Amino acid sequence: MKDQQQSSVALPLPAGRAAYALGVWRNPGLWLVLAVVGLVGAYPIITNQAATREAIFTTLLSIALASSLNILLGYTGYVSFGHVVFFGLGGYLGMYLLNSGVGLPVAVLAGGMIAGLLAFLLGSAILRLRGAYFALATIGINEAMRTFISNFGPFGGPTGISLNFAVYKPYGGAAQALWLTYYSLLSLTLVAIVLSFQVKHSKFGLGLRAIREDEDAAEVMGVITPRAKTWAYVLSAIIPGMAGVLFFFKNGNIEPLDAFRLHFSIELLVMVMLGGQGTVLGPVLGAAGYQQLRGFLLTNPTFKDYQLVLAGALLLLIVLFIPAGAIGWLRARFPRLRRVLP
Amino acid sequence: MKHHGSLMTAILIALALVLAGCGSAPQAPTSGGAESSATTAPAAATTAPTGATKTVIIGYTASNTGKLNVESNRQSNGLNLWIKQINEAGGITLSDGTVITFDTRSYDDESNKDRVQELYSRLINEDNADFLISPYSSGLADASAVIAEQYGRIMITTGAASDDTYTKGYTLVYQAYTPASRYLTGAIDALKQQDPNVKKIAIVHENDKFSSDVSKALRAYAEAQGYEIVLDEGYDSNTTDFGPIINKVLQAAPEALLGGGHFQDGTTLAKQIAEKQLPLKFLALLVAPPEPSFADLGDAALGVVGPSQWETQAAFSEDAAKALGVEWFGPTGAEFVSAYQAAYGGEEPSYHAAGGYIAGLILQRAIEQAGSLDTEAVKAALDQMDVMTFFGRIKFSTAAESHGLQEGHEMVYIQWQAGADGKPEKQVVWPNEAQTAELLYPVR
Amino acid sequence: MNPGFLLAYLIDGLLIGFVYGIAAMGLTLIWGVMNVINLAHGPIIALGMFGVYLLYTGAHINPYLALLIVAAVGLGGGFMIYWIAIHRVINAPHLSTLLATFAVNMIIIGLGTAAFSTSPYTMDFSLGSLTLGVVTIQGTRIVAALAAILVTGGLYLFLYRTATGKYVRAVANNRAAAELMGIPSARILALSFGLGTLLAMVSGGLIATFFPFTILSGGAYELKSFVIGVLGGLGNPLGALAGGLILGLFEGIIPAFVPNTWVPVFEFLLFVLILLVRPTGLFGAKR
Repeated sequence: MKDQQQSSVALPLPAGRAAYALGVWRNPGLWLVLAVVGLVGAYPIITNQAATREAIFTTLLSIALASSLNILLGYTGYVSFGHVVFFGLGGYLGMYLLNSGVGLPVAVLAGGMIAGLLAFLLGSAILRLRGAYFALATIGINEAMRTFISNFGPFGGPTGISLNFAVYKPYGGAAQALWLTYYSLLSLTLVAIVLSFQVKHSKFGLGLRAIREDEDAAEVMGVITPRAKTWAYVLSAIIPGMAGVLFFFKNGNIEPLDAFRLHFSIELLVMVMLGGQGTVLGPVLGAAGYQQLRGFLLTNPTFKDYQLVLAGALLLLIVLFIPAGAIGWLRARFPRLRRVLP
Repeated sequence: MKHHGSLMTAILIALALVLAGCGSAPQAPTSGGAESSATTAPAAATTAPTGATKTVIIGYTASNTGKLNVESNRQSNGLNLWIKQINEAGGITLSDGTVITFDTRSYDDESNKDRVQELYSRLINEDNADFLISPYSSGLADASAVIAEQYGRIMITTGAASDDTYTKGYTLVYQAYTPASRYLTGAIDALKQQDPNVKKIAIVHENDKFSSDVSKALRAYAEAQGYEIVLDEGYDSNTTDFGPIINKVLQAAPEALLGGGHFQDGTTLAKQIAEKQLPLKFLALLVAPPEPSFADLGDAALGVVGPSQWETQAAFSEDAAKALGVEWFGPTGAEFVSAYQAAYGGEEPSYHAAGGYIAGLILQRAIEQAGSLDTEAVKAALDQMDVMTFFGRIKFSTAAESHGLQEGHEMVYIQWQAGADGKPEKQVVWPNEAQTAELLYPVR
Repeated sequence: MNPGFLLAYLIDGLLIGFVYGIAAMGLTLIWGVMNVINLAHGPIIALGMFGVYLLYTGAHINPYLALLIVAAVGLGGGFMIYWIAIHRVINAPHLSTLLATFAVNMIIIGLGTAAFSTSPYTMDFSLGSLTLGVVTIQGTRIVAALAAILVTGGLYLFLYRTATGKYVRAVANNRAAAELMGIPSARILALSFGLGTLLAMVSGGLIATFFPFTILSGGAYELKSFVIGVLGGLGNPLGALAGGLILGLFEGIIPAFVPNTWVPVFEFLLFVLILLVRPTGLFGAKR
């Protein structure tokens, strides 16, 4: 099992090097992933189906967040349990700005920036911690942030922030605003996938993976680990921050308990794990599969009382028997697939 | 390379299917308590000719799992009882002669907001819900109301007291509950009438949206009435040890304490206040006291006052309606209680259950008045509605800045008092016209 | 401030501190010995609450007697969880054990919700109370504090005065070396997980005698247990008790000076700070 995981991440791979030499944009795997996500994302736009759009929105959000988390978790090997803190903080700042009359694009950028800034400030401190201690520190930060925002007047304290319906007017009314949010999230998701791919196939990404395999050795080999880790953390935080603004803009309100839900962080870990950590395609597949499964269990009359039990049992089976995730397993099983399954 | 190419294509197709499945997988929604034949009624019968029948779909989400599941399930029970009754009575005949019956579609929202909007979109677009009922709790209802408004569906919110859902410029969302801003103000009135000498009040509330909103309005009202707020403290939602807070109250030495939050923290707070023998003349807490299981606290429950949207004893009657010059509509309180108990194994209905039922009753009244299912016509009927029901008076604000806010309904205040056998019994103590017992005062 | 009030704050802080200490002990034992952060800790505490509640209200067994039954069930349940969910991934990276125990968490919460819903339960049980000036203490709270001391002592004696306890400490120190010395490490790990589960269930049972609870109630104690693990160090029962008392005093006294809602903010900031300065805990050995 351990071997499987290691062989799937061993580097540098001949095929990987070829792709690197050709430039990442020539990699067919990336284009295929983008094409599939893009086509599925375009489906509700073409058919103009709002219900499908809502379901795919949830999935795209998960893909964007899981792909971002993967930069830290999969490539660098740091388990963040509190990644939702970036989603929540970005969302909060965005909502605050939106209510002060700032436009959506600026709010989204601001959300991404504050999340990146927080990661930068935190990164230099908590990334010194290894293994479970880092995981715990991220939980502590998420809880500290949640309770702080509950006391923070400008963000509404425990009441949170509600958008006035009039905020949707400049975008052509609420119905149009929802479509706009959807387009934005779809673009953001595609950007997240490209970013994930770029990082993995860059020298920087090589350094990150060296850190994951053996941090001390990486340091000896000349990777400036604190800097590399901090930038990985920042890169993994920006997109959740931006996605947070889009999500809560669509939702219309934000409260501390919804914004900093620890459970959501853990769900993201599960998604990355399902698909295969350290691969580009893994988090995409994991997020889609997880949301699909949850959606099915939740709405199925036979399972709805036991959906949590079933989801838990399934997670356990995967952790115990396919720890490398679906894509990791495929890559280990069919080594030549590595060229096309990024 | 070639066969790997095809394997890869197969995998990507599988991925595409998984992704696409998110949107289009056939998922059977939960069918409600109505007769099963209704579930297969074609949705295409919208433009039915005279004499035809049609099944109207009511869509909602319920919290089958998560922290809200008890209250939410009672609300669903209430709604399903209304559906059963209206269908057994033959449905409603519209002005064009079409007879309509009702059925429900519902999903589990897991007590959290993530999927509420997705599920409501699905209810509207895939299950063809004609009217919507909100989920339980202000936060979830707020998230769902956006969707209702966006797709132009009428939504009756119930189990949701927050005021600010109605200050956002919505036009199709109508509130059945008394809003948060008037949740505890009646307790101040009751206290003032009972003992004009009380001056010092402490407010201790859960640090969440609903309880903070209630406390803010309470504070403003109490100060306007000349009370001194000696302590105003929030506590975290999952607090189990109130020792430090009770010590603060002890130190501030108020004569009355108002506040609380939801069921669990409220019962814990009441219990620990009793254990610490806090010398209070008056104690009013949100949400927890009206719950029947609050009596499990035993002696600690005695004297605790709580606001309730509705109580089985509350005596709203046709006569009271006449005195107000308002029309009476629907069953009496006693009829509702006995029907509910018959349907749900003798369980006494809580106000959540009554809230679910009343949401249906409001729709029924509006559709009957409109004589059609047309959104504009039903909306006009809702705007004009002013009726007395067993739940109390129902009238909505039509002002642009607060459209849909409940204006007619008033809270009743209950107090746990020792019954003949010494066990705690619930009595309505305020307002005077609904009173079943005098206020027990001072508490200790 | 009136010294009477200060005393009240202090006593309340200490009383909750004992509860926190015993609630954290199972988590820090498993963490210290197995290097596994048990994310099913909260739901297991909740199972202890329901165990004592059901035995008391259903079979009218004295809650403290019921604790013994619950403890036995906890030990057995812990073995079971270990062999089913953890043994296979005990040497895998951290993420695997975190997710495995989280899966157990989901399963317990799911079954618990189906069986008990999420509504609160209250045990109608009292041992009277003690009043000193402005301070009133419940008998059940005093018993819980004594039980916490007793359990801490018992666990300490077990770990430091018995052969099996020595094995446990050896495995905690260096699993590979312990195995070379002929210690059956897998069985010792299973025993440790069983003991951790037992402690969690017992703490839940004690809490149930004075606080209302739901199937989700354990979550708050789980979060506090992380903080205590970092405060008091891992694997050492005295450290857990000390960490619990510090946290309790902190929560008891801070509200006297600032609004109560700021307490968790300080608490978690302190937690992160200690992690940064001394990740093995204030009283933990250097690693």
